Amino acid sequence: MLDRIETVEPKTRSLLYVRDRSELLDEASAIDAARSSGDRVGLLAGVPVVIKDNIATKGIPTTAGSRMLARFVPPYDATAVERLKTAGALIVGKANMDEFAMGSSNENSAFVAARNPWDLTRVPGGSSGGSAAAVAAGEAVLSLGSDTGGSVRQPAGFCGVVGVKPTYGRVSRYGLIAFASSLDQIGTVSRDVEGAAVLLGAVAGEDPRDSTTAAEPVPDYVSELDHGCSGLTVGVPDEYFSEGLSPDVESAVRRAIDVLAEAGARVKAISIPNAAHGIAAYYVVANAEASSNLARYDGIEYGHRACGSRDLFDTYCATRSNGFGREVKRRIMLGTYALSAGYRDEWYLKAQKVRSLIADDLSRAFEEVDAIVAPTSPTRAFGVGELADDPLEMYLADVYTTHANLAGIAAISVPCDPGDGGLPVGFQIMVDKFQEVTMFRIARAHERAAGFPRGVPDL
Amino acid sequence: MAVTKDDVRHVAALARLALSEEEVEELAGEMSRILGFFESLAGVDTTGVEPAFRALRRENVARDDAVGEMLTPDDALANAPDREGNYFRVPGILPRE
Repeated sequence: MLDRIETVEPKTRSLLYVRDRSELLDEASAIDAARSSGDRVGLLAGVPVVIKDNIATKGIPTTAGSRMLARFVPPYDATAVERLKTAGALIVGKANMDEFAMGSSNENSAFVAARNPWDLTRVPGGSSGGSAAAVAAGEAVLSLGSDTGGSVRQPAGFCGVVGVKPTYGRVSRYGLIAFASSLDQIGTVSRDVEGAAVLLGAVAGEDPRDSTTAAEPVPDYVSELDHGCSGLTVGVPDEYFSEGLSPDVESAVRRAIDVLAEAGARVKAISIPNAAHGIAAYYVVANAEASSNLARYDGIEYGHRACGSRDLFDTYCATRSNGFGREVKRRIMLGTYALSAGYRDEWYLKAQKVRSLIADDLSRAFEEVDAIVAPTSPTRAFGVGELADDPLEMYLADVYTTHANLAGIAAISVPCDPGDGGLPVGFQIMVDKFQEVTMFRIARAHERAAGFPRGVPDL
Repeated sequence: MAVTKDDVRHVAALARLALSEEEVEELAGEMSRILGFFESLAGVDTTGVEPAFRALRRENVARDDAVGEMLTPDDALANAPDREGNYFRVPGILPRE
């Protein structure tokens, strides 16, 4: 796998950091030795994993894709990383990402933009673009990403791999560099559904260091994987198949729904009346929370500090102005505006109320159906530079993914048959809070019937 | 929805961002357009709707008031841009005469 990284990395740019080869080989040998001497080894013993670069790894640089943290080395591990190490996983390196997880194309990485391994002229999606590209290109078996508005599912869809956004509170956010705390959730990237189930099982669960984690016990996600989808009802919202959805994605997703029906699922038309307001509500809430979370980057305790300033106020302004990239500044500005005196009720509070309406729509739908199916994104992977100058168009790439974050429910993106043998298309399955077992069953039934995973790109 | 250049300067000061005149101009246009799109929220009837704020309703999570593991001063200061002994060094807070 290290050889594979060396060969393809100059093309994919999936990784921002790869650990020292001899150190990794030593760790792998230690696991082999333990296994052959009959010692108990973890569920992920020796499995190469890459970690999105906004998740803290002790002693390994963690930049969040930003100049602000270009030289930051965390003194502790995120809980999810600690649990991966306990399970025996090999932490191979850190995955590329849009700066502070803000972006849908990876082009906002302050260092280098990752590319889609299926077509190097296209984006891998974002913000966890490096995680998805690395797994798709065979540079890692599994990856942890983070999903605030689709940041795991959208790149997984673009790169033809499996991406999970678990229920809010399912995985500890301790050590995840905060973007929008009420929406952020660490998620998984894998080649198949079983990989996702194993990885989520390894990192999920209550954590005293994150008081927003859920106390619900973590079920065995693997044991019911092959129970099929017979008898389950999947809902198809009219609103997700309207204006803006490209015809090739629509036909691929409709085929995926047919696959589930043939496998025994009941298919039911449903309605999410407030669906159209998802993007606006999401971006107002996410930017407001981001402007508050990113206030900590002031150049004092850690991270970049601009030199030569006369006083503290100047130091703050100069540090933040040259430490943050364009999109991050734009979102801090939009968020600060939405929270500023006189505007808070009109923007922030209003968006939070619309968020309640969307969550209520979804709750009502889950009284009738076990899962909601949808496209992951309105288009397939777009070209590098295609949307880079149009922030609003870029935001619309998240039109089908933000609802799960706003409502705190779980969702998975799995590759579905594109029909024309071309670029991958993502098929999204959403379930109510803590219904990941059902989500995995449906995803697995589709994967089996549709014949995934399919090969690795030639690079 | 029109965000003026003065609005941009005001918000930038609140956000502790120093913007060039070019950035101010650019952001005024972009913010007007983006907030114009978000303005659709104003048309949604939210009478009697509680704001969501959080995804899970879990309140008042408390733990025992026990001393746990903590960073050593050296670990805590390892990423400091400027350090003196066990302190963060910062530029002057009060303007110099």
